[in-house]
Amino acid sequence: MSYKIMEKVELAPNTVMMQVHAPLATRKMQPGQFIIVRVTPNGERIPLSISGWDMNKGTVRIIVQAVGRTSAELINLRVGDSLTDVVGPLGQPSHLDKYGTCVLIGGGYGTGAIIPIAKDLKARGNKVIGIIGARTKELVLMENELRTICDKVEVSTNDGSQGVKGLVTDVLTEILKQEPVHMVTAIGPVPMMKAVSEMTRPLNIKTYVSLNAIMVDGTGMCGSCRVEVGGTTKFACIDGPDFDGHQVNFGELVNRQKMYIPYEKKAMELHLCKEKNL
Amino acid sequence: MSGEISNKDRMQIPIQDMPEQEPAVRVRNFTEVPTGYPEVYALTESKRCLDGCKAPCIKGCPVGIDIPAFIKKIEERDFIGAARSLKKYNLLPAICGRVCPQQDQCELVCVVAKKGASVAIGRLERFAADYERMSGLIEIPEMAPPTGRKIAIVGSGPAGLTGASELARLGHKVTIFEALHRPGGVLVYGIPRFRLPIDVIDTEIEMLKKMGVEIICNAVIGKTLTVDDLFAEGYEAVLIGTGAGLPYFMNIPGENLCGIYSANEFLTRVNLMRADLFPESLTPVFLGKRVAIIGAGDTAMDAARTSARLKPEKVTVYYRRSREEAPCLPREMEHAEQEGVGFKFLTNPVRFIGDDNYFVNGMQCIKMELGEPDASGRRSPKPIPGSEFIEEIDTVVMALGFGVNPIIKETTPGLETNKKGIIIVDPATGKTSREGVYAAGDIITGGATVIKAMGQAKVASKAIHEYILSKSTRVTA
Ligand SMILES: Cc1cc2nc3c(=O)[nH]c(=O)nc-3n(C[C@H](O)[C@H](O)[C@H](O)COP(=O)(O)OP(=O)(O)OC[C@H]3O[C@@H](n4cnc5c(N)ncnc54)[C@H](O)[C@@H]3O)c2cc1C
Ligand SMILES: Cc1cc2nc3c(=O)[nH]c(=O)nc-3n(C[C@H](O)[C@H](O)[C@H](O)COP(=O)(O)OP(=O)(O)OC[C@H]3O[C@@H](n4cnc5c(N)ncnc54)[C@H](O)[C@@H]3O)c2cc1C
Ligand code: FES
Repeated sequence: MSYKIMEKVELAPNTVMMQVHAPLATRKMQPGQFIIVRVTPNGERIPLSISGWDMNKGTVRIIVQAVGRTSAELINLRVGDSLTDVVGPLGQPSHLDKYGTCVLIGGGYGTGAIIPIAKDLKARGNKVIGIIGARTKELVLMENELRTICDKVEVSTNDGSQGVKGLVTDVLTEILKQEPVHMVTAIGPVPMMKAVSEMTRPLNIKTYVSLNAIMVDGTGMCGSCRVEVGGTTKFACIDGPDFDGHQVNFGELVNRQKMYIPYEKKAMELHLCKEKNL
Repeated sequence: MSGEISNKDRMQIPIQDMPEQEPAVRVRNFTEVPTGYPEVYALTESKRCLDGCKAPCIKGCPVGIDIPAFIKKIEERDFIGAARSLKKYNLLPAICGRVCPQQDQCELVCVVAKKGASVAIGRLERFAADYERMSGLIEIPEMAPPTGRKIAIVGSGPAGLTGASELARLGHKVTIFEALHRPGGVLVYGIPRFRLPIDVIDTEIEMLKKMGVEIICNAVIGKTLTVDDLFAEGYEAVLIGTGAGLPYFMNIPGENLCGIYSANEFLTRVNLMRADLFPESLTPVFLGKRVAIIGAGDTAMDAARTSARLKPEKVTVYYRRSREEAPCLPREMEHAEQEGVGFKFLTNPVRFIGDDNYFVNGMQCIKMELGEPDASGRRSPKPIPGSEFIEEIDTVVMALGFGVNPIIKETTPGLETNKKGIIIVDPATGKTSREGVYAAGDIITGGATVIKAMGQAKVASKAIHEYILSKSTRVTA
């Protein structure tokens, strides 16, 4: 099985969209699920959200942000190169239902992940509002595509270079003033998902977040991905990745994500060394 | 026959020890600890097996290997013949010779054991199988003509590999679906290389491929495809061998602190992902100075001995019962002790304490005492009130046993399981409540042994074969 890269587009610095040939994985894909890939034979298994798929072509679309060794190696690959492994779909699909008005919030690669969810919710007759958050204009991803799906798309940037100056929660505040919202899904950096959950909690709006815990197998076999939700331990890979944002212990998630930082630095240094010597 | 030696003389021969790497040397490497019998040792040991013995060992073996027959072949220097005779009963003798609990099976009932040490059946099994592998004389077994019937196997642990071999030999077209990127199940992700070298498993997998078995990795049945999808694709029967891979935790405070692993995660990071080679291999494993292993089964010993090889200051096994109750192979506890692993019995953790960075740095324990024997006959441990104390530790590996993964159950309507999710089968056939679906291995028993998984897979394969033949024609092309 060769998991060939069929298409690659650079979306922003250190961020690419790729279409990867993995026909078996596309057979039963649903919005909100993820895949696990290995880039090289000695590589780590890293989870990536599904931002679309085409069963006829047998391709999965991923949005990758280079944050460390493996993701950097991945975005360096070119069309025609192959990944060592792709397995999926993993995890539970998003909570897809007829809610009324849904607000989908994406930060970073999360914007890619909300696209299939938006499509599905729209097809179920929901009003779907998208919010994209980024530090600055050039990091706003997938805006045009999201606009073709959603009833409305808002953008926030920290520096005000596009859309509302501020955070996604500032945009959300405005929307909540204007109309009733029945469901919110936020996918992206933990602080963003946490802030959104805090905001909707007093309003009792159903809020889902996609937890990016550190994973190994992604099938429930190891417990690396354990997260505390509603006071009990869940495995993000099989019980999630989507969970009720009002129940999640975000502090623990952040702490656990930092477990390997010294190792990650070392792996990255070695990578940069190798690149220099090429 | 080798009539020159009388049974009386045979009884005089002392058991032949297996040469091993010295503890001080082996804790710095991941190569196999017992180095295997040299030929002369095997020949001598084989002579300890008595002529005309009633061979209770055969009944002691879960798959009924004709043990005296293979040992006799060794004595006759027909080592290849010995290996082939083993393989009539046991597809994976090189693996079983290394990891079977012989002391509770064949060697337990060995007649010679009444007067001393049992015949070292496991070591001889390993010798014969290794001889065959190393000589490159492994033969593709005789295969029945192709039947054109397709059978799917889910999982590539000992159960799946055995089922694949049995069914391929009967002429069926077998495809294995494996969730991980590498086949072998616990044999590759759980049991460490210093106990079971990877080339032993790879040889078996290569053989299956030569026999025409297709192995599709990265396929999680229940997610990538369901059991029903497999039938829709023309597979006429499905053998489920997905094992018992769900790690148990204790549900005590602080268990999610960084530095606390399940044994599965810890061993997978090292064995499958090669964290021991980090950063050449890209998956890290965190190992502090003082490592606590919780539990005393095979998994705990593997975790302890693996930790010992990653150069911590101290590795200690904590177990809530006493040494006598420890469920691991006794030889592995011995090995662990030789490698400097400490043991604290009758001690159980009650909570973990973390530092400002959310890393574990302490473990509150309580002393235990043994009460009355419970239903299983084991004396159940009870905490001694007021005996709490704190251990300074910075890495914990929880080796508390396994549950079964719910993915298959949740996605296969009509598949009956018990409360724990264990698939219910007819033990005589491995047949489940779903027509055409059979199961074997840890998924029908909960965590057990390699040889039992193989035995059950053999039973199920025979039943699958009969089932397929009973269906007059193929359902799909
Ligand atoms: C369900 C899920 C979906 C995800 N979807 C995407 C996506 O669509 N696009 C994307 O770019 N990223 C996604 N991620 C995050 C991505 O997996 C990590 O960025 C990646 O693993 C980092 O590996 P690295 O070697 O490049 O970086 P490293 O230097 O190893 O790590 C950088 C940071 O990434 C996190 N991380 C490291 N290893 C893992 C791991 N094995 N599993 C999870 N997180 C890890 C840690 O917090 C770490 O501090 C997702 C994570 C999860 C759990
Ligand atoms: C650390 C450790 C040490 C052990 N030591 C010993 C020992 O010394 N001696 C001994 O006899 N026994 C030992 N055991 C027990 C022994 O390994 C098991 O009893 C045996 O491996 C069970 O075999 P199995 O084929 O049923 O399952 P497994 O070996 O668990 O294999 C199951 C396979 O199925 C795959 N799988 C799971 N779900 C799916 C799915 N949905 N789709 C596709 N694939 C799937 C898994 O990835 C795995 O590869 C040990 C176990 C462990 C964990
Ligand atoms: S990643 Fe191993 S259990 Fe979730």
